[in-house]
Amino acid sequence: MFSHGSESLIKQAREIQEPELQKFYCRLGKLLVGKELGHETMDSLQRLHLILSATKCTRTLPVELHKRLLSLLSSPVEQLQVLSSAVLRETLPLSGQELNYSQENVQLNSHSAALLLSQAGSRADLSSLCAQLLRGLDSRQPEGPTHSLTHTLPVLNAVLTHSPESLNDDNVTLLSKKLVDWLRYASIIQGGGASAGGFFTGPRSRQPVPTAELDGTVSGDFFTVLCVGQGFTEDQWMNVYSFSMLHHWLLTYHTAPSGNTFTDTDDRSEVDGSVVSMVSATSSSSRLLPPKERLREKAFQYCLRLIEQSDRKALKRTDTELQKACLVEAVCILDCVCVEDTSLVYRTFPYVKPLFGRLSSDLTFARVLLPIAQFYLNHGEMAAVDCESLWKLVFGRFPAELFNDPFLAHELLRFLRLNLESLVLRVPQYPRSFPNLLKFLAWDSPAVVDDFVDLLPSLVTVETAVELLHTLLDLPCLSATLVLQLRSTSSPISEPGGRGLLSLDAFRSPSFRGLFLYLLRPEAGSGDTIDRLSTLHEFLAESADWPRVVQCSQTVPVLLHIFFNTVITVADPKLLAHLILVMLERSSLLLNLPRYMKEIHRVFSCHLLRLCKLHPSLVVDQSHVLLEFAGTTASVYSKEEIYTHVVWALGEYLSVSCDSRCSVTLITSCFETLEAVLFEITSSTPPPGACCPAPRVITTLISALAKLASRSHDLIPRVSLFLSKLRTVTRAGSVAWCADEEDLVAIVTRGEELWSLLRTPGVAQSVLTPPPHVTTPQWHRDTNLSMSLQLRTLTSLTHTQ
Amino acid sequence: MVRCFLIHSVCPLSELPAGDSRLLYCRLFAPGDGLLTGQLRERSPAERSLLRGEKAAVVARQVRSAVSLSREASGGRPPGEALPGDEALALQDASSGVVRLRAGDPFSEEMSALWLGVQSLGFTLVCEPHENLLLAEGTLRTLTRHCLEHLHMLGPGSEVLLRSNRIDALLSRLLPHGQLLFLNHRFAQSLEKDVAAYMAK
Repeated sequence: MFSHGSESLIKQAREIQEPELQKFYCRLGKLLVGKELGHETMDSLQRLHLILSATKCTRTLPVELHKRLLSLLSSPVEQLQVLSSAVLRETLPLSGQELNYSQENVQLNSHSAALLLSQAGSRADLSSLCAQLLRGLDSRQPEGPTHSLTHTLPVLNAVLTHSPESLNDDNVTLLSKKLVDWLRYASIIQGGGASAGGFFTGPRSRQPVPTAELDGTVSGDFFTVLCVGQGFTEDQWMNVYSFSMLHHWLLTYHTAPSGNTFTDTDDRSEVDGSVVSMVSATSSSSRLLPPKERLREKAFQYCLRLIEQSDRKALKRTDTELQKACLVEAVCILDCVCVEDTSLVYRTFPYVKPLFGRLSSDLTFARVLLPIAQFYLNHGEMAAVDCESLWKLVFGRFPAELFNDPFLAHELLRFLRLNLESLVLRVPQYPRSFPNLLKFLAWDSPAVVDDFVDLLPSLVTVETAVELLHTLLDLPCLSATLVLQLRSTSSPISEPGGRGLLSLDAFRSPSFRGLFLYLLRPEAGSGDTIDRLSTLHEFLAESADWPRVVQCSQTVPVLLHIFFNTVITVADPKLLAHLILVMLERSSLLLNLPRYMKEIHRVFSCHLLRLCKLHPSLVVDQSHVLLEFAGTTASVYSKEEIYTHVVWALGEYLSVSCDSRCSVTLITSCFETLEAVLFEITSSTPPPGACCPAPRVITTLISALAKLASRSHDLIPRVSLFLSKLRTVTRAGSVAWCADEEDLVAIVTRGEELWSLLRTPGVAQSVLTPPPHVTTPQWHRDTNLSMSLQLRTLTSLTHTQ
Repeated sequence: MVRCFLIHSVCPLSELPAGDSRLLYCRLFAPGDGLLTGQLRERSPAERSLLRGEKAAVVARQVRSAVSLSREASGGRPPGEALPGDEALALQDASSGVVRLRAGDPFSEEMSALWLGVQSLGFTLVCEPHENLLLAEGTLRTLTRHCLEHLHMLGPGSEVLLRSNRIDALLSRLLPHGQLLFLNHRFAQSLEKDVAAYMAK
């Protein structure tokens, strides 16, 4: 498909030499002078475009050639218009010859408008372009070609995107009036000379044929994009273009008046005021409304008609898809006009509510239900409409059954992101539905991880934090389970040849199904995790190389960081203690993916330390758990990172200054636990399969022991005993537990430093267990130290510069 | 408003560094992004043009990585080679998805890049997020189908480079200046006849 030929063409175009290029310009210039502009001219122009677009830097053409191309923009041959516009868009405008944006009496065609748009340099340019286009709309020549003005609205829409001020109020009014005409009063007769007669009727008996609906019945109301005919009149085309830009127009020029903000406090006043406006809003005297309001009313009617038309069964599949798109647009526009004029809400709900009822059971309309959800969220409270069933769909069925639809995932997550504050306030299901929402992430992590980075903080609540942590750690398992779920429904019960997956069999077997169903649960609250998690991990072991599972596992560390960063802002020490427990437990209970465990351990270590630093008393509080962990020698080899940090935390924070409950007994038992481990790892070779413990583990253990000894001085002799033993052993040469000689030297040096420190217990205590005012200096508060600071401040204030 | 339409490579190319994407067709609609917020006004037209090109390249690279991750996740089988004449089949087999482009990366506002991966090429439509993505998806499929048919893209030729004016003409009918259109089958037929007439010349 993408051939070697294409690559070489691009290379040629890029590497064309300057003299050859100049020759080419000359040849092209000559061709363009001739009367007949045939295939050779087109090919040359195309080649010129390829040359210009292949290089990064923009070239300038010779002046003559440039001028010739400009004149081609108004050539009667469309190919030449297209090619010259394309070429000129790739070049720099001639200096001093900027495009004339305010040419009089010139009908801009679509391609020259494209050039003007792309080279617009300022707001003034765009304003002149708009003015020119609007003049073209007004002074319409009746014999012009059918599509000559249909590009006007798209060009205007493009200008609006970047510069809404380019249209002054008069122009806005003018266009509003035109839009009303095209949207509401387009012809309902089929254009293009269609006739109702059959083969034998002559031209005289040609009767005007009305347009039809998508299901074939005759149209009974005004023309919309969902009406068909054999041919179309000009204003029917403009109807299509007008509706296509209507939403954007309303968003640009019909912003909500300042009084209509959507906070809860406003809702009460709206309820009373709207009783009166309901009567006036249903009046049919819309002709008396000013143009903007009239457009709003007509847009409203158009959307209601579209909703009614979408209920018809279209004869063609592409039209069914269009009906869905129209429903989405209609609901969005209704939302927009209701935000602007809240009295319309009462007229809208009688249409939107049945629409919801009709579509809620059909998952193929899921993407249509999202704008309806937005509408309910914006206006539901005002109209006192019950949104329960809607949220059940959005947080229940959609993630559970449509997690593999990338477009739905994108739109649903975007909906959540945009309405985060309202959802957190008004929809209690939202924070509890994280097991379901995470299915989007588990299925297609790369596409949606960005969205979850934004959403995860709002899902962290005190009640569900522990469960959320477990769920995040088991995301790769969820990923594997979703794959199994889909495979289970699509593949036969028993595969011929018996090459079935162990995990698939487990998924289908009734005795283990419960484990998988726990992962697939829709809501939080039914337990933090399951007992037989290790069994589940065994079954899923073969999924370790499934790409989806691997991709998912790569996003978990990031999410864990966000989780911990958020949870420390909302948690109390009790919850934090529970989280430490979970971290220690789960450090060995993870799905066995190649780098997954290591990454998770790293995240845990980082946050364990942060938690202990924030709440040092946690260490004393959870000392029994931490000691149990630290006393397991196997952890040194399998969970080195976490082990090191736990030991460090114990050494640092197990002291009376951090928590008054810290007793001598506690310090002694901690010392003994760590001492035992240190003895074990420094007196034997590592177990088979494990490599030597990193020097950092050993030095951390030694430091921790020294710190504890400095707090309870009768432990000091035991430390010195160990350190002298260490010195003796290492003097003999290499040791089984340390591969590198330099590392060994570093360990021994550290040991000696600590030993010399411990010889003066008082000094050791203040160095190894510094009082708080040393570790958190606030010099300006100390009466002795602040004097110099105060003097310096006064001096700089009083001495004028 | 659609900001741009791109056709670019989504398979590894020996001439490019890994992960990079070759742009075969790039059409940016509307005046430059950030033009009137003052960001671009200080720059010369040459710089602005360079900037636009760079933005397209950034989008193409992000879509390329999304396509390869998506294909890897759904089985890793390389996309089958459909023959010319099998455009409908190629389109049916195509993978699709949407990439969220954060504000500043590379457009000044958040954008959604919808993509279709047909064998070794990706077709990308960058839309403003409030845009009707259902309509955008349909439009992208239609555009891709037409490109595949009229430029014989399933064959070995390089018509996408040598006949880019056909894509321009196609876009001017179905996506004029980046405007998505609500076309029922009759309107679509009329425009497609117009396109076919242009291609025949």
